[in-house]
Amino acid sequence: MESSDNDSKSALESSGEFSSGVLLAARSINKEFADKKILENISLTIEEGQIVTLIGPNGAGKTTLVRIVLGLLQPDSGAIYHRPALRIGYMPQKVQVEPTLPLTVSRFLQLANRHDRELLGNTLNDLKISHLQDHQLTSISGGELQRVLLARALLRKPELLILDEPAQGVDLGGQAELYRLISDISDSQGCGVLMISHDLHLVMSSTDEVICLNHHVCCHGKPEHVSNDPAYLNLFGASASGDLAVYTHHHDHEHGIGGGVKEHHHD
Amino acid sequence: MIDSMTLFFTTDFVLYALAAGISLSLVAGPLGSFIVWRRMSYFGDTLAHSALLGIALGLITDSNPQLSIIFSCLLFAFILTLLDRRPSLSTDALLGILAHSSLALGIVVLALADSVRVDLEAYLFGALLTIGNADLIWILLVSTVVTIVLYWFWNDFVSITVHSEIAEIEGANVKRLNLILVLLIALTIAVSMKIVGVLLITSLLIIPPAAARSLASTPEQMAVKASLVGSVSVVLGLISAFYFDVPVGPSIVVVATLIFLLFYFYPSVLKSKS
Repeated sequence: MESSDNDSKSALESSGEFSSGVLLAARSINKEFADKKILENISLTIEEGQIVTLIGPNGAGKTTLVRIVLGLLQPDSGAIYHRPALRIGYMPQKVQVEPTLPLTVSRFLQLANRHDRELLGNTLNDLKISHLQDHQLTSISGGELQRVLLARALLRKPELLILDEPAQGVDLGGQAELYRLISDISDSQGCGVLMISHDLHLVMSSTDEVICLNHHVCCHGKPEHVSNDPAYLNLFGASASGDLAVYTHHHDHEHGIGGGVKEHHHD
Repeated sequence: MIDSMTLFFTTDFVLYALAAGISLSLVAGPLGSFIVWRRMSYFGDTLAHSALLGIALGLITDSNPQLSIIFSCLLFAFILTLLDRRPSLSTDALLGILAHSSLALGIVVLALADSVRVDLEAYLFGALLTIGNADLIWILLVSTVVTIVLYWFWNDFVSITVHSEIAEIEGANVKRLNLILVLLIALTIAVSMKIVGVLLITSLLIIPPAAARSLASTPEQMAVKASLVGSVSVVLGLISAFYFDVPVGPSIVVVATLIFLLFYFYPSVLKSKS
């Protein structure tokens, strides 16, 4: 990709390379910070209804890639294709509200969509955060904040959800639940999802494609495939696939506090 | 005593002072809230200091003083916004250098242009009671414009203040909105010069929102209550300036500070009623 960025970008945008099901695609993205290569030749594609998970160690460039895909950061080279007028719901890694700024949960959510009260009510119900409406954003727990952020992203009626570590600050049991919620949302609304996670096993059941990133794409594919890939094992250590055995499942059970599998009470 | 009070409040210059002070307080509430939320108080200070240079340059080029203040404030606001985008410079140090160098330069230029006599003290500490017709019209005009623009972009301004990246993904033009907000602040500071003076302008913008913080649970409540605190400070400040025979500008700031302290330590004072 030594050719001019603009050429390759416009070529991508106008080319018929992408079928109508493609929401967003990145091709040969490169990015350096202070002469340090952060992203090397990264390509990815997200289609309608597809959940793509980026995993990788800290400092692997996951957030940088997401920011480039969002258009918040310019790549040094490479091209981004968006379906025209693509509506994106974005949940950033960190939201720290200035303590001098009084802000209730419902006012925060209205920043995204002031007019559709019904959608607001439904979204709050779906995410089980209706009771938090009048709470100050600074006074709710980490797990609650993540749900509020997810609600804000959903209020845009997104075709593509981009979530940077959606489960951070959430306890393990809650993490599995949150990932399942994201999977359900993707199913029911038909939106694509690109998310960052650092734990493959928690997201396995709710992701279609995993991209294992460490400045370059180490390996990618179906979660079952990635979890046995030597490159993945090398990056995360063999123990990553040891104790918590790889499992594929349907939504017929819950994850307990330890992240393990807990059967539903069949009553 | 009641007679003297009635006389006081029906005197032309007092009425002018009240009209100017209250209309500025009303816009200073929401605008100052943004300064507090975005931690821009030093930025406001720098603009106020640079306004003195504007006055000086206006005098030696024989232009309308109000227009030269507005022009220099807008120019400085623009320059500061551009410089702020270069991460290599420390904003804090940069603002400090610009604030004091422009203030010093302004005073030097004023002293050199000895053909004109300027009441420097009025520009430093304000001269609310000497406000004339033209001043009042400027203040009303700018307050109206600022109010309309603030109202128009309110949700966007709050959104970029809470989280600029989410706002950008949701379609807000963050850079343009930032610039508009900064220019509104510059305009307001430019016309507030005569009321409280260079040295006290930032306090008029910051203390009322700070006082309103503990009484508010949404940005809108904080903005409106800040406007009220500001207006009350202007009225009480004028009265106490009259009774204790002290300068009006500082007197207003002292009243605002007392209100701030009251609400800061006893937030229940108003909450129980509302």
